[in-house]
Amino acid sequence: MARLYKFHGGLHLDGHKSESLGRDLRSASLPEQLILPLRQHIGEYNKPLVEVGNRVLKGDVIAANSSLICAAVHAPTSGTVSAIGNYPVAHPSGQRDSCIVIDVDGEDEAARADIVNPKELDSEALIQRICRAGIVGLGGAAFPTSPKLSRGKTHTVDTLIINGVECEPYITCDDILMRNYADEIIRGSAYLQQILSPQTTLIAIEDNKPEAIAAMQEALLLQPLANTEIIAIPTIYPSGGEKQLIQILTGKEVPHGQFAFDIGLLCQNVGTCVAITRALEQDQPLISRIVTCTGDNVSQPGNWEVRFGTPISHLIEQAGGYKNPDNAFLVMGGPMMGFALHSDRLPIVKASNCIMVMREQTIPHTPGYHDECIRCSKCTEVCPAQLLPQQLYWHARAQAWDRTLEFKLFDCIECGCCSAVCPSQIPLVQYYRAAKSEIRAAHKAQFKSDRARARFEFREKRLLLKKQADEERRRLKREALKQKQAKSGAAADGAPDPVQAALERVRERKKAIREETR
Amino acid sequence: MAGLFGIILGYASIRFKVEGNPVVDQIDALLPQTQCGQCTYAGCRPYAEAIANGEAPINQCPPGGQATIVALADLLDTEALELNAEHGEHLDVPLVAVIDEQTCIGCTLCIQACPVDAILGAAKHMHTVIADECTGCKLCLPPCPVDCIDMVPEQQTIDDWKWSNPLDQLMPARDG
Repeated sequence: MARLYKFHGGLHLDGHKSESLGRDLRSASLPEQLILPLRQHIGEYNKPLVEVGNRVLKGDVIAANSSLICAAVHAPTSGTVSAIGNYPVAHPSGQRDSCIVIDVDGEDEAARADIVNPKELDSEALIQRICRAGIVGLGGAAFPTSPKLSRGKTHTVDTLIINGVECEPYITCDDILMRNYADEIIRGSAYLQQILSPQTTLIAIEDNKPEAIAAMQEALLLQPLANTEIIAIPTIYPSGGEKQLIQILTGKEVPHGQFAFDIGLLCQNVGTCVAITRALEQDQPLISRIVTCTGDNVSQPGNWEVRFGTPISHLIEQAGGYKNPDNAFLVMGGPMMGFALHSDRLPIVKASNCIMVMREQTIPHTPGYHDECIRCSKCTEVCPAQLLPQQLYWHARAQAWDRTLEFKLFDCIECGCCSAVCPSQIPLVQYYRAAKSEIRAAHKAQFKSDRARARFEFREKRLLLKKQADEERRRLKREALKQKQAKSGAAADGAPDPVQAALERVRERKKAIREETR
Repeated sequence: MAGLFGIILGYASIRFKVEGNPVVDQIDALLPQTQCGQCTYAGCRPYAEAIANGEAPINQCPPGGQATIVALADLLDTEALELNAEHGEHLDVPLVAVIDEQTCIGCTLCIQACPVDAILGAAKHMHTVIADECTGCKLCLPPCPVDCIDMVPEQQTIDDWKWSNPLDQLMPARDG
């Protein structure tokens, strides 16, 4: 690798990684019940494919849909479906969402696997197997992997980037994954190469993870890959963001409104690589992930391989429980981009990379008082997307949505750098999130009203056509009648009209009677 | 010279003639298209025409609410008025019609009344509302002879949830 580039701004943060790295990776025990949200990815809702009372085996598909951007949900263990309904899920709103509940039977009986040699499959078949396994990006955004890989059909991928950066404080799940499953990451990268045939493959890891770098280098020595390089990049937040990492490695910027594949790049997280390896080699769907459970209020912070649907409370029990249960504040994700949880009775899902258990409320549900902006422009200096956070703030605050769009609100990656450096403690990201919500709602309303207009106009047109057709029919009928009358009238010219003749006779008789009575 | 320009302008007025009335189109694009008639006009487009002709004020559309009034005021460069309460009140969560399938006698009157063809059914067969297409206009209510249609708030999913605006929390703190 010739050189690395820099992205604008960014922050050097306290890593807080050592807390959860003191212990080896462990498997979390199975809880009594698993709660599986029907949708754990970005995209359409899945439909349940099981009914209450059905017995399911580990790896059975229990929910899926047929849209392009989808990721099926599989049973993480064997058991019985005990309920399908709305349960609280890990979401900033604290709301409920549709879930399937499985009562675990403890046997962990697996469904029959259909194992083939992935090296003999073409890229289409490989993508289909990845789709079937319900794999999503495990870096945190949970975008389904198969549609992302399908872009390789329409776009040329020059560089494949394997993201092992993990820049956010506290989170160590990718670090521990690279230390333990480096060989599977390398094999997963090989399958990605088989699908996408890139010219180069870059595996990026932040230089604060020397053990992970060493493990990965060793694995790459044992299974050499063509044109593949492991690159240690400087530790700076948010270097793990897709656009930022692309900039560090290639110096290229993803243009506004475009995606990485538009400039010949594709990023995959290391966890996704392992999931791909397991799906292709063992036909094992995505049913678990590594989750970091850390923070100053949990007895034994560490990393666990957790089946999806496991309640967070169960994971915290595995970690020795709360130090101070009365003052526990939970965050899903890291301190910069995570969100506060409303309870610990929420299931771990595909996007759950880290559970922070804190003594103090580090991320409030609803931010309160803040000072006024003093226009120091520190936020502008640190913004990795090179936006003008201060301008965005003014316009978001004034609810001038079109102005926020002019300042490229939707290029904001919500990394939280601006909020972190603001001397007035303005919850800037919260303002942007609120603005984005409003703009999305307005778009949805506009879509609905455009549709209603189209349907209304179509109906008007249909009614008009029907009216015209009716009139035409009536006109034809009238004309036909007229013609008939004209015809019969012409025929009667010679002979007297029978009706007229009858009337004449009646009149004559009446006249005769009248004369008689006189 | 003047004659030449006259010819050019004359030609341009024919060549680039605008079909329809663009102002009406622009106003119509801002209206919510519920076709409910609460504005006293027979649908959104007639109301848009009335606004364009200066016959109706911009504050007669309850489904659109203040947001629509502000957008119309922006477009027409007039003052944003308060919504005229005579025409109804704005609901944050829109309504959808639901047919009580036990009571429905299959008379098709509601189907004929629906401005967006959102009711499905046939004579002497049960009718049902396509909730995604319903605009909540309530026009199906009066013709129903058995009063079996209810207006209920649209079902809100987790996707409809909005991040709260920090300003909302800020305001009471300031007043106090």
